[in-house]
Amino acid sequence: MTTAAVHHEAAAGGHHELSFVRKYIFSTDHKIIGIQFLFMSLFFLLVGGLLAMMMRWQLGYPGKAVPGGGVLPETMASGGVILPEFYNSLVTMHGTFMVFFAIMPLLVGVYGNYLIPLKIGAPDMAFPRINMASFWIAFGAGIIMLAGFFATGGHAAAGWTSYAPLSARSDLSGVHMGQVLWLVGLIVLGLSSILGSMNYITTVVNLRAPGMTWFRLPLSIWALFITAILVLLAMPVLSGALIMLLFDQTLGTHFFDVSAGGQPLMWQHLFWFFGHPEVYILILPAMGIVSDIIANGSRKPIFGYHSMVFAIGAIAFLGWIVWGHHMFQSGMNPMLGTSFMISTMVIAVPSAIKTFNWMGTLWRGNIHFHTPMLNALAFVSMFVIGGLSGIFMASTPVDIFQHDTYFIVAHIHYVLFGGSLFAIFGAIYFWYPKMFGRMMSERLGKVHFVLTFVFYNLTFFPMHFLGMTGHMRRIYDPTQYEFLRPYQGTNRLITVGAFLLLASQLPFIWNFFWSLRKGAKAPLNPWRDNGLEWTVPSPPPHGNFATTPTVHHGPYEYSSPLTTDDYLPQNQEVRP
Amino acid sequence: MHWLPPQASTFASEIDFMFWVILVITGIAFVIVEVGLLWFVIRYRHRPDRRAYYTHGSKTAEIIWTAIPAATVIVLGVWSGRVWGEIKRRDRLPANAVRVAIAAKQFEWNVTYAGADGALGTPDDFTVRNQLHVPVDRPVVVDLTAEDAIHSFFVPVFRLKQDAVPGMRIPVWFEATQVGEYEIACAELCGLGHYRMRGMVHVHTQEDFDRWMLARAAGGEGR
Repeated sequence: MTTAAVHHEAAAGGHHELSFVRKYIFSTDHKIIGIQFLFMSLFFLLVGGLLAMMMRWQLGYPGKAVPGGGVLPETMASGGVILPEFYNSLVTMHGTFMVFFAIMPLLVGVYGNYLIPLKIGAPDMAFPRINMASFWIAFGAGIIMLAGFFATGGHAAAGWTSYAPLSARSDLSGVHMGQVLWLVGLIVLGLSSILGSMNYITTVVNLRAPGMTWFRLPLSIWALFITAILVLLAMPVLSGALIMLLFDQTLGTHFFDVSAGGQPLMWQHLFWFFGHPEVYILILPAMGIVSDIIANGSRKPIFGYHSMVFAIGAIAFLGWIVWGHHMFQSGMNPMLGTSFMISTMVIAVPSAIKTFNWMGTLWRGNIHFHTPMLNALAFVSMFVIGGLSGIFMASTPVDIFQHDTYFIVAHIHYVLFGGSLFAIFGAIYFWYPKMFGRMMSERLGKVHFVLTFVFYNLTFFPMHFLGMTGHMRRIYDPTQYEFLRPYQGTNRLITVGAFLLLASQLPFIWNFFWSLRKGAKAPLNPWRDNGLEWTVPSPPPHGNFATTPTVHHGPYEYSSPLTTDDYLPQNQEVRP
Repeated sequence: MHWLPPQASTFASEIDFMFWVILVITGIAFVIVEVGLLWFVIRYRHRPDRRAYYTHGSKTAEIIWTAIPAATVIVLGVWSGRVWGEIKRRDRLPANAVRVAIAAKQFEWNVTYAGADGALGTPDDFTVRNQLHVPVDRPVVVDLTAEDAIHSFFVPVFRLKQDAVPGMRIPVWFEATQVGEYEIACAELCGLGHYRMRGMVHVHTQEDFDRWMLARAAGGEGR
């Protein structure tokens, strides 16, 4: 299993000074592109969060004017009170921004770009110009998506899942232009993802440094590699479905409109055939990143490296045959539900393997609680809750009751916030010194972590209880229902938690921007990590490595008996 | 705070029982993981003289923690499959059930009753908006359709939920066990009035139900 390092233009490009525009704006450097994705997706994370605040206000205090809501136009709020049609747009766009423009680019766009070449010892991506295109296409998609808020009739309002025929017929939703922009935005974004993932796959396959065998790859790279395969297979299916829906909206086709022979359930099959792998696209890279950080924080090799790799593969594979579990109550033949239920249940097995292996890594370690480690530990403890709560909905009879309630809202947030977002925070704290050459404040990082952890749980844990009462998701005013009125207090508690959760991000925002200029200069390897990215300056120069590194060890040789240090960089040769 | 809503159908208690069993199983897993994490994090925290134990894993441990979850979820899966079939399989609808049709549309439930002849699709059928009247202790089969968007017929006390899809006629059944009035909710986002697509189920004794049906079939008023 030998790999040749392929030299190409990017390596040679470092010799002459590039203009500002070529260096920082239309850059082909994977590190700059990663940083561009970072700023873009953190912006959308904030937008998605603010939309959630408006939803939470309406749910906690239905019919009361949003503080400062007077600035909202007549089409969104009347006298500051959010209108039902705007609420549906909020639901839709919160989900859309968070899934497609925040979490997915934060993991795949930022860390896929930044880490893959550095961690495998390559000078850049295999296709630097395609890489640049993938960022600017995603940027364009973001602009199109934002434009929807200014469209006549409001933004898309059929949910981030856009179930047809509501999403296909503007006479049902009252939205035409917003839905069209939503569709175009996602089609454009899909193109960016497809370009990005083929780049990642090619890079990992072809550009690994000498000695970087498949089973010496860090788990973050394994996860990003398998995720890229998932994206490449899933995204075109979504794009196809989106194009059909766009035709229904604009050209008068009837793919999903039953009145002319269309089939509404076909949308759900196509959407979830993409949508379930998408869930794993949003969690696998987080699992990989967390594995790297936990091994580093524990100063110990990852427990069961090979089974960790196989578990990623197994989760990715099973992710293809479980899409129907989103459709148990959809009218799909119930017999089919049973087979989807079994495949869904089986995913618990590789997930359990991963969890126990993280625990095994901590066992008899020498655990350092730096901010990245705290976030990684939060990932494990919160992902467990999200994973276990999934078993309730996987069980078809229990799902009859829990489906489309706040129980599922709690579940997805335990996976995507408790899981993915804590991993992302960990990753930001961990690789910030490499990206920007400065350290973030550990103290502020810990304040941010503790506040986020507490208020995150205050916000999302009570949603399980709401779900158990039958509280439906996506409803504008729960007090319309007598059986939900007793739980208005819980709704208000969640709303307060959500506001505090947003406020808890202030130390992070401050820390992030303040450290850019004022943070302590980052040393080469502040976390005493084994990865190749820590053998080059912070930040690394264009082209990354002065000479192509040779890899001698796996990525997790911490506390190895071969050395008196408690780490052993992958490129460091030990002579007996 | 209550946990789950009251139970008013024959399968509600079985679904709830599964819920609690899964809660116990996942609760045990939850406690093992969280207590384990906390214990390791405290016990093996950094000490200047400590060196981590250098190991790459243990086959035995990994086989154990693969096998136990696998066995558990397979048992849960088989059990779920059986209960699911009893409730939702369309070839197992109860015989001699009261049959009604519900057509969902933005934003109401139109309930069509069979009338005096007891058969749907005959001229004496009549339709009532948002009010579903059924007898207690007798299976009811609802033929669910939708006229515009997808809706979802949800009666929390019955633990029953089923999407209504344009172009499909989906039969679902339940058997109410408690006389009373219960809310029907729409559980699938169906447009701007989704949040107020509310209906009521009225569960009557058989005599009251027959009396109501006769009065309505004769063109009487009775809600």
